[in-house]
Amino acid sequence: MALIFKDETFRDDFTYTNSPATIRRFPFPFIEDQYRYSVNIEPHTPGPKGSVLEFPFDIDEHYVSEMRDRAMVLQDDPGRCQALPHMMTAQWDMLELVMVALARDYPDHFTLHRDGAHWHWINKPLKIDQKFVFGEVNSLPYEPMEYIGRQVQGDFSIQDQRDNQLWMDAGIITSQADWSLDFDVGMNFFEWHAPVPLAHEAGVFERALKFLLNLQIGKPVRRLNWTMTINPRLDTSPENYPKWGTDRTTVTPENVGKKVHLRVEMQGLFRLPRSNAILFSIRGYLMSLEQIVTVPKWGRRLPRVLKSLPQELVDYKGLSRYRQTAIDWLEKYDDGAPTTPGNGPD
Amino acid sequence: MSGSLLRRVRVAEVEQVAARIKRFRFVDIDNAPLSEFSGGSHISVVMHSGDRMMRNPYSLMGSPTDTSSYQISVLHCGKDSRGGSQFMHENVAVGTELEISEPLNLFPPAKLAKKHVLLAGGIGITPFMSMMNDLDSLRSDFELHYGVRSLEEGAYCKYLQSRYGSRVNIYRQDQGQMIPLQTILGEQRLGSHMYVCGPKPMIDWALQTAELLGWPDENVHYEQFSAPPSGTPFIVKLAKTGREIMVKGHQSILEALEENGVDAPFLCRGGACGQCETGVIACDGYIEHNDHFLSEAERVSGKKIMICMSRIQTGSITLDL
Repeated sequence: MALIFKDETFRDDFTYTNSPATIRRFPFPFIEDQYRYSVNIEPHTPGPKGSVLEFPFDIDEHYVSEMRDRAMVLQDDPGRCQALPHMMTAQWDMLELVMVALARDYPDHFTLHRDGAHWHWINKPLKIDQKFVFGEVNSLPYEPMEYIGRQVQGDFSIQDQRDNQLWMDAGIITSQADWSLDFDVGMNFFEWHAPVPLAHEAGVFERALKFLLNLQIGKPVRRLNWTMTINPRLDTSPENYPKWGTDRTTVTPENVGKKVHLRVEMQGLFRLPRSNAILFSIRGYLMSLEQIVTVPKWGRRLPRVLKSLPQELVDYKGLSRYRQTAIDWLEKYDDGAPTTPGNGPD
Repeated sequence: MSGSLLRRVRVAEVEQVAARIKRFRFVDIDNAPLSEFSGGSHISVVMHSGDRMMRNPYSLMGSPTDTSSYQISVLHCGKDSRGGSQFMHENVAVGTELEISEPLNLFPPAKLAKKHVLLAGGIGITPFMSMMNDLDSLRSDFELHYGVRSLEEGAYCKYLQSRYGSRVNIYRQDQGQMIPLQTILGEQRLGSHMYVCGPKPMIDWALQTAELLGWPDENVHYEQFSAPPSGTPFIVKLAKTGREIMVKGHQSILEALEENGVDAPFLCRGGACGQCETGVIACDGYIEHNDHFLSEAERVSGKKIMICMSRIQTGSITLDL
């Protein structure tokens, strides 16, 4: 079925909003009423038809507008896309993985013809028709990661694997929850996770790294992460903190339902075959509290979860200023009834 | 969570490439393209011999970008063999169908190395076949030092010399030639990485020489696929289910668990990747650690065992499974 793409903005007048069908498929991240930290890694196998897990790279109604926002970010700050010289093989790996998946999963919108190294890529929503030679950088208008990264929703980093470590040696990151590729590029797994509270003490990162070093071709894995963002802004980067940091002070009991958004990241990890690197996809979903409470189960559960968050996480996620305002507003939708297990709508 | 996806393949070609070495070429059973892989990768081949199931790792040797077939080389280990290499040599022919895993790389070249020094002994040449393919296409600086018993017993000598020219150095034991390790490792510039694959004594010799010459650990890489050593039978107790399983003399713990339908984690089955690390709750025998994964401190603690390779001498061991 062909998607209908919305024309909307993620800055200035913030016209972004989810259609009713998109609300139903939102990957609400809480499976119970209590917050609990876990590594929550599971095989990235196809989920139910129509869900965000149906395909490895989810395309939705926001695709065209998100890609336009990414182009604006890259125009203002080319440093959001970086790749160290030894990552070129991995860049081609990523381009192949994404193009093959999109052409297979969304044939109405994307087409890929391959004749040996001669490839022909058609992206109808973005009106792109590109013939190129796989492996020849000069045959594309950008390096391969940036080329395909400008045409697929979600941020991407590529991790080189050496010395029993993963190194963030490439990435295209324009819609991040307050972390910087420019700062993290070249760091190893422990270094770029250093700011995360609580998890280091629990040994989470040692276990996760060991697991990822053995990640296999054809067996990707995924996990959910979440935070909250004021206004449906994609680019909440440290580089642009002056533009969005003060938004947190603008939340009032009157506007909290419209302004505060739950930001969910569906993160995928894929072993890349030629380079032995790992592709990390961070596919973000934004939904306002006002839209969340249209699903009664989520309206009951979200205030309960927010109340149970440890203070370290509240601070780390940047919720300190407005958590209570959000809880007070959300509790109008919590009638105290029990919720069913799992994260989906009833 | 255990193991990896298996793919059915058909043997398309078998060639005797040296006195005791055969090369096998596999194609997908439906002629579907195979996964590309990175230089240094291996697959495991599943073999059913009578009621025994074996899964042996073999390095992929072909071009990593050729998705039409995979190639491995197998040395007939003769009487030392647990049966895997013998099975491949005696029971597998063109047309035989087998199951293989997807490629896994536990021996990748370090991408930031200024130079790659490859040291191969005998059948240990196999991971370097695909690695050199990658290094050559990336125009990386490398040299190969390859020790063989004789030209008849050494596989691919002519091919390697014609393809890579003076970057390939061959040393023939039957002519009294030895790899001049001291000189080779003593003369490399900073930022070089060395890789060794071959018989255990050769790996030990190379690692010791590198250490004595002051090579940093991070620049020294080795791969050794040894079959799980045989021993005496013993009992494995599973703490979570209370089951007791006998491990026969020629079996690994992992193989005994699989034979009894227990789903235990594994990946490389050579003691290298760490996937099968299992907690030891009690043990009344002496653990023979045959893996390359656990640290000395972890071995001494007696709290962990790699069930693909290690065993106990007698008695019983209780695992956290």
